[in-house]
Amino acid sequence: MFDYETLKLIWWLLIGFLFIGFAITDGMDMGVGTLLPFIAKNDNQRRVVINSIGPHWDGNQVWFITAAACLFAAWPPVYGTAFSSFYFAMMLVLFALFLRPVGFDYRSKIDDPRWRNNWDWAIFVGSSVPPVVFGIAIGNLFLGAPFVFDEFLRVTYSGSFFALFHPFALLCAVVSLAMIVMQGAIWLQLRADYVIADRAPKIVTVASSCLLLAFGAAGLWLTQLDGYLLSAISDINAQPDLLNKTVIRAQGSWLNNYSVMPWTIALPIAAVLFCLLATTLSRVHKAGWAILCSSLMLASIISTAAFSLFPFILPSSSALNSSLTMWDAVSSEKTLNIMLIVVAIFIPLILAYTSWCYVKMWRRVTLQEISANSHSAY
Amino acid sequence: MINETLVELSRWQFAITALFHFLFVPLTIGMTWILVIMESVYVMTGREIYRDMTKFWGKLFGINFAIGVTTGLTMEFQFGTNWAYYSHYVGDVFGAPLAIEGLMAFFLESTLVGMFFLSWDRLSKRQHLMVTFFMAIGTNLSALWILIANAWMQNPVGSEFNYQTMRMEMTSFSEIVFNPVAQVKFIHTVSAGYVAGSMFVLGISSYYLLKGRDIAFAKRSFSVAAGFGLASVLSVILLGDESGYEVGDVQKVKLAAIEAEWETEPAPAAFTLIGLPDSENRHTDYAIKIPYALGIIATRSLDKEVLGIADLQALSLEKIRLGIVAYKYLVLLRNDQRSAENIALFEKYKQYLGYGLLLKRYTENVVDATEEQIQAAARDTIPPVAPLFFSFRIMVACGIAMLLIFALSFYYNAKRQITEKRWLLRAALYGIPLPWIAIETGWFVAEFGRQPWAISEVLPTFLATSNLAVSDVLISMIGFIIFYTILAVIEFWLMFKFARLGPSSLHTGRYHFERNTQPSPGMHSHI
Repeated sequence: MFDYETLKLIWWLLIGFLFIGFAITDGMDMGVGTLLPFIAKNDNQRRVVINSIGPHWDGNQVWFITAAACLFAAWPPVYGTAFSSFYFAMMLVLFALFLRPVGFDYRSKIDDPRWRNNWDWAIFVGSSVPPVVFGIAIGNLFLGAPFVFDEFLRVTYSGSFFALFHPFALLCAVVSLAMIVMQGAIWLQLRADYVIADRAPKIVTVASSCLLLAFGAAGLWLTQLDGYLLSAISDINAQPDLLNKTVIRAQGSWLNNYSVMPWTIALPIAAVLFCLLATTLSRVHKAGWAILCSSLMLASIISTAAFSLFPFILPSSSALNSSLTMWDAVSSEKTLNIMLIVVAIFIPLILAYTSWCYVKMWRRVTLQEISANSHSAY
Repeated sequence: MINETLVELSRWQFAITALFHFLFVPLTIGMTWILVIMESVYVMTGREIYRDMTKFWGKLFGINFAIGVTTGLTMEFQFGTNWAYYSHYVGDVFGAPLAIEGLMAFFLESTLVGMFFLSWDRLSKRQHLMVTFFMAIGTNLSALWILIANAWMQNPVGSEFNYQTMRMEMTSFSEIVFNPVAQVKFIHTVSAGYVAGSMFVLGISSYYLLKGRDIAFAKRSFSVAAGFGLASVLSVILLGDESGYEVGDVQKVKLAAIEAEWETEPAPAAFTLIGLPDSENRHTDYAIKIPYALGIIATRSLDKEVLGIADLQALSLEKIRLGIVAYKYLVLLRNDQRSAENIALFEKYKQYLGYGLLLKRYTENVVDATEEQIQAAARDTIPPVAPLFFSFRIMVACGIAMLLIFALSFYYNAKRQITEKRWLLRAALYGIPLPWIAIETGWFVAEFGRQPWAISEVLPTFLATSNLAVSDVLISMIGFIIFYTILAVIEFWLMFKFARLGPSSLHTGRYHFERNTQPSPGMHSHI
């Protein structure tokens, strides 16, 4: 159907698409969960907040699970290397994610303020820690990680957990957290009782200011940072040969792609514009348009990061030629082809039934509705 | 060299998290269909009590589901975090069913589970039933793809090793999907889930009947569980027998270990009902045997032999010697000595490469293995017999006990005498743990019996791990144990609380604990 090279490119786009889907949907839930203890003052208000995402959080979370599983299927060496190298970071995400399903589900089961308050903080941790760690992880993709493959392609990582907290990575974490908080706040503006919705524009303004500052600073930093360049690679249409390439480091080289394809500068510009638009729309109470813009902003930010790294996925700082790129850290042509067919069938289906659920459940969750349904809603 | 402690800890962590995860999965699988049955009756008859049943059992289902989702995340993550070489070595094949599970099944199940709980007022009766139905379909498809992935670990069809990429690659997707082991395992496993769901509903309903509470509600729930449970337990046992045949076909070592069949017996082999396997002397003491039974189960014939452990180990020895040859040529190829002759010789022997890799435990270079090391590797191909022998028998015993409970429940329920048979109600209540014991021991047999392989005859478990520090895995494992214990305590506490409370937890005003406080007029009119 497609040649191997095209397939690899398609899969790079698809993995990006799945992570964008994750950021837009589950990112929204994480934003809502992060804001939960702050934006809602009492139990009924908090229940409004939780019920605004009540029917959807579980489905949204599967974007992450599926994105990770597709990454496993399409880029197995990346899956093994990234997850085992960033071991404690991944464990942190995992343990934080544990708190959400049980938090959402168990909180409402017992009518006791202490019980509920504890679960609120559990939901907060479960919602805020993953975007922070993901931000740090993305930052470390730019910095490179110290890992090396032996001749049988077994990977050994020589870094430490604390080395991940490089200031540049922390800056990326700010971008990541701010963007999901924006998404969450705008969602609440759209779907929560006005008591809560009216608090959203202020939060959106603060979050978008942090986001723009951090995003701009990260961009400037990239001009100074030592980036990675793929100077030679064996035939990319042949069997992937992970170690047969030449990688060099050069200051500011992460921005090279933008000079090769100047139109792509539109990506970071779009990120900034959509951020400003979303903020303005939120302030003039056009939450529906605002969430569209902030979703496009998420897509633009993630695309910017992915495109800057292209063709790298995870560069190695200690053994440059062990770096993982989307040309050589991939599955076989057959697997990519089969998985492409599966994705082509099921992504449209998923989008269809997910939309149906959103449409059927579309309403503003009011305090009145919530107090009337204390045993059936969350 | 291989760090044995790291390997042991990685295995323990995987075993703990997998067995814990599978405490919750079967109930999810089984309950979804029970909910579909109850809600279908509601939609067909319009009787409110069936909606209450769907909602109440749905509540318990939800408490279980949340923790099932939570612990499922660990299973996916762990392939990357703790089994990085596994991910690289077989990801091309193994990743696909996992991804398809997400796309085809888990998405559907999870998107609809929220709707199941919260859309009662926003959908028509029929629409809501469709939601419940597709939630059940999603759950079962999820099991299908996970078991296709697992079956490939047991019987790696449709794939071959590629020396250029240094991994297993897919050669036939349809062979992987239609892996005979997958088909049998799928039915066996989901039926076991249906049994767990049925036993759960049957046992808790019995509790209400014993207490004389919410009789109409409990009797109807009991009927659904007895009927569905009886059909399911029969399916589990029949398909269990069928998987005995599949194991006999493709995993001869596992079968021999389960049966403690030390030596090949003349066909048809006898089935050891019970005994005391003694690994030292390779003999089973106090064995009680059923003539012909094993031969018939494993080969479906009276004249084919079932190979015993001694012969299987001798076969392994031969394969290890050929594996050394395969490894020798692999090293040459990896060092760019890719002459046509080297390639041809490697292709000829590569099916034994996995056996060669077994020697990595003893010598890094494999080719310089001593006779002693080769003998040791051959012994490694036989998993410890006693744990498998006993686990298997515990599983079967639980299955038979459940068959009795369901058959009697079904019979007395049909005769409308169930409330008088208090001994049976008690058996059903205290029998609730049976399916879980059977399921956990069953998985133990399947996975421990696969050792020393992560992928049968392809990749030894000890090679599949990540290169982590022992302390890394130790810390995460302690974290899992603490976290999972807390989660389990909360889950069990909630489950007991709501099970005791019964349908009164729906706050409809129609059930036992609410009658004294807020009697609602006409509360019996619909029953």
